[in-house]
Amino acid sequence: MGMPALLSRLAGALVALAVLLPLAAVFWRAGGASALGPADWAAVRFSLTQASLSALLSVALAVPAARALARRQFPGRSLLVTLLGAPFILPVVVAVFGLLAVFGQNGIASRALVLLGFEPLSIYGLHGVVLAHVFFNLPLATRLILQGWLAIPAERFRLAATLGLPPGAVFRLLEVPMLLRAAPGALVVIFVICLSSFAVALTLGGGPRATTVELAIYQAFRFEFDLGRAALLSVVQLLLAAGAAALAARLALPPAMGAGLDRVTPRWDAARAALRAQDAAWLTLVAAFLLVPLAMIVARGVPGLFEMPAQVWRAAGYSLAVALGSTVLTVALALPLASRGGEVLAVSAIAVSPLVLGTGLFLILRPVASPGDVALPVTAAVNALMALPFALRVIRPELEAVRSDYGRLCLSLGLTGRWFWTRVALPRLRRPLGFAAGLTAALSAGDLGVIALFADPERATLPLQMYRLMGAYRMEAAAGAALLLLAMSLALFWAFDRGGRVART
Amino acid sequence: MLELEALSAGHGDFRLTADWTLAPGRIAAVLGPSGGGKSTLLDVVAGFLAPEAGRVLWQGRDLTPLAPGARPVAMLFQDNNLFPHLTAAENVALALTPKRRLTPEQRERVEAALDRVGLSGFGARRPAQLSGGQQGRVALARALLQRKPLLLLDEPFSALGPAQRGEMLDLVAELARAEGATVLMVTHAPEDARRVADAVVLVAEGRAAAPAPTEALFANPPPALRAYLG
Repeated sequence: MGMPALLSRLAGALVALAVLLPLAAVFWRAGGASALGPADWAAVRFSLTQASLSALLSVALAVPAARALARRQFPGRSLLVTLLGAPFILPVVVAVFGLLAVFGQNGIASRALVLLGFEPLSIYGLHGVVLAHVFFNLPLATRLILQGWLAIPAERFRLAATLGLPPGAVFRLLEVPMLLRAAPGALVVIFVICLSSFAVALTLGGGPRATTVELAIYQAFRFEFDLGRAALLSVVQLLLAAGAAALAARLALPPAMGAGLDRVTPRWDAARAALRAQDAAWLTLVAAFLLVPLAMIVARGVPGLFEMPAQVWRAAGYSLAVALGSTVLTVALALPLASRGGEVLAVSAIAVSPLVLGTGLFLILRPVASPGDVALPVTAAVNALMALPFALRVIRPELEAVRSDYGRLCLSLGLTGRWFWTRVALPRLRRPLGFAAGLTAALSAGDLGVIALFADPERATLPLQMYRLMGAYRMEAAAGAALLLLAMSLALFWAFDRGGRVART
Repeated sequence: MLELEALSAGHGDFRLTADWTLAPGRIAAVLGPSGGGKSTLLDVVAGFLAPEAGRVLWQGRDLTPLAPGARPVAMLFQDNNLFPHLTAAENVALALTPKRRLTPEQRERVEAALDRVGLSGFGARRPAQLSGGQQGRVALARALLQRKPLLLLDEPFSALGPAQRGEMLDLVAELARAEGATVLMVTHAPEDARRVADAVVLVAEGRAAAPAPTEALFANPPPALRAYLG
């Protein structure tokens, strides 16, 4: 009844080859390289430091925010919870631009400080990288920990209320044990995400003191064209990721896409005015931290839209093509791979970071094609691979539900093979497929990763074009490009997600 | 004739044995405590569970190697009998063809089947726009249209109230007798059995007893039935 086994094996082999061949190329090329130098070790140390700090800060700030969301009902709460999911599809360069507009040298926060007689802020370096990572991962951590809070049975809080326990005792007895279970998982997830940070390090880091291993791979490519060193650094990045994966495997990781965050547990211990004020303050701060940079993108971007050179529009066209290509590829791979084995395969594939994959693909393709010519297809393919685990996380449980709900009915009606897929599975999977396609398209449109290795001056995607404008200090044009990219990512997500929701007439 | 020949099937530690025949055109209620093996019995006949020993035969033909869709069996499940994304008519049409497009003749037959279960004019509705009883009727219309001589009911009406359930069972019995279909219907309500069944298959403690005439059985219940009735 499943997708013909041949197709599943074919898709599995394709994914495995797409990862293993570049890896083989990387290992082969790294063999001839010299040992790691002091700069390389500095990159390893910086990768670990910034990832640890980002994870710790994100989780520490998320705890009070999650607590406030768990115990307060207020207008706009569900909007705030939705907003917490938004950074997932927000292009990194766009977010960085928004953060610069707030915390940069000429940002509104710096100007306010200058007015008050202080020095302006400097966002470049370790603290800028960590700031951007917290911007992206504080919402994720809040959602993960909120799930933990909502998993505490409401009866426990009722029991605490009948016993007249004060807030401190409730925290110690009910909330601390939950946090001890939920926080390690959130820490590891964020640590792993930040460990292979490229775009944030590219835009806010750099230099000997703020270079991640991913960024060092790029620099070995672009500035020194030392492929051996890039390959060696790729091996280092691979070892770091493997170490992090081993760490993650020891912990029960939280589910990535939690549903049902719209409940609020009634709490009798938290009714005091001081606690209410505290929760309101935290949520306001978190919302402002997320919303002000976004608002700045719009505010600066609107005038910038008229300053954009023609390359920006061309780049937008390329990005659209890359996004649609990735989406088709991801969905085509996700359907035959929507099984336990397929999900394991897809997750192990993203343990190999985009820059490592890109390095390997570059080594393989360079003898046969000019890197610029294959830049867009390679970017689409790598982005598809990177989005695959998220797509599977969405699609697989729904497909399993279809099988368990209707499998026997389909068998008894003889709805097997292609009939099962066309008449039952695909119509039942419209919503998750639309959602997964939307995620993939938005992620792919906003990605600044492997394209940076391959692109030539002629062909750039919109995120890369925007980065180039920022590098050339053409901030108005960059602001316009940022707004265009933001609108494109959101529109792509909305269009696919909506397409899955609209009922067939 | 449905023939269960030295049958043994199960999963894990559970085993169900049966060794009996049921004459064609009879309606047999499968009665017994939950966990006794009622659903296992239906699963083996329908082909969802392969027996470890013995055979299932229909009119002398061994069904054991056949896939569920290839057996002379139509089945109504406890739930999820209809695809929610298809209309009532589309659900019924699956009895004839998996294709989306129907010939005019097929469309007529679908209409006629809906008509027979008292749902003419309801073809364009989705299951969500139908009551529980109407959903049961749509599923029954599809089962009829499959024109399979054996009809298995795994408590498809258990979510309905007593009056509606009785009505549905009457309809099943009426249609089955008109078609000459042989029916095995799982139930845990003795009154369902007395209402429509010619015979009762008592399933308890891993054994499906041979079908016994309903009246005689209830008039003089064996120990297993007495234990079940309480």
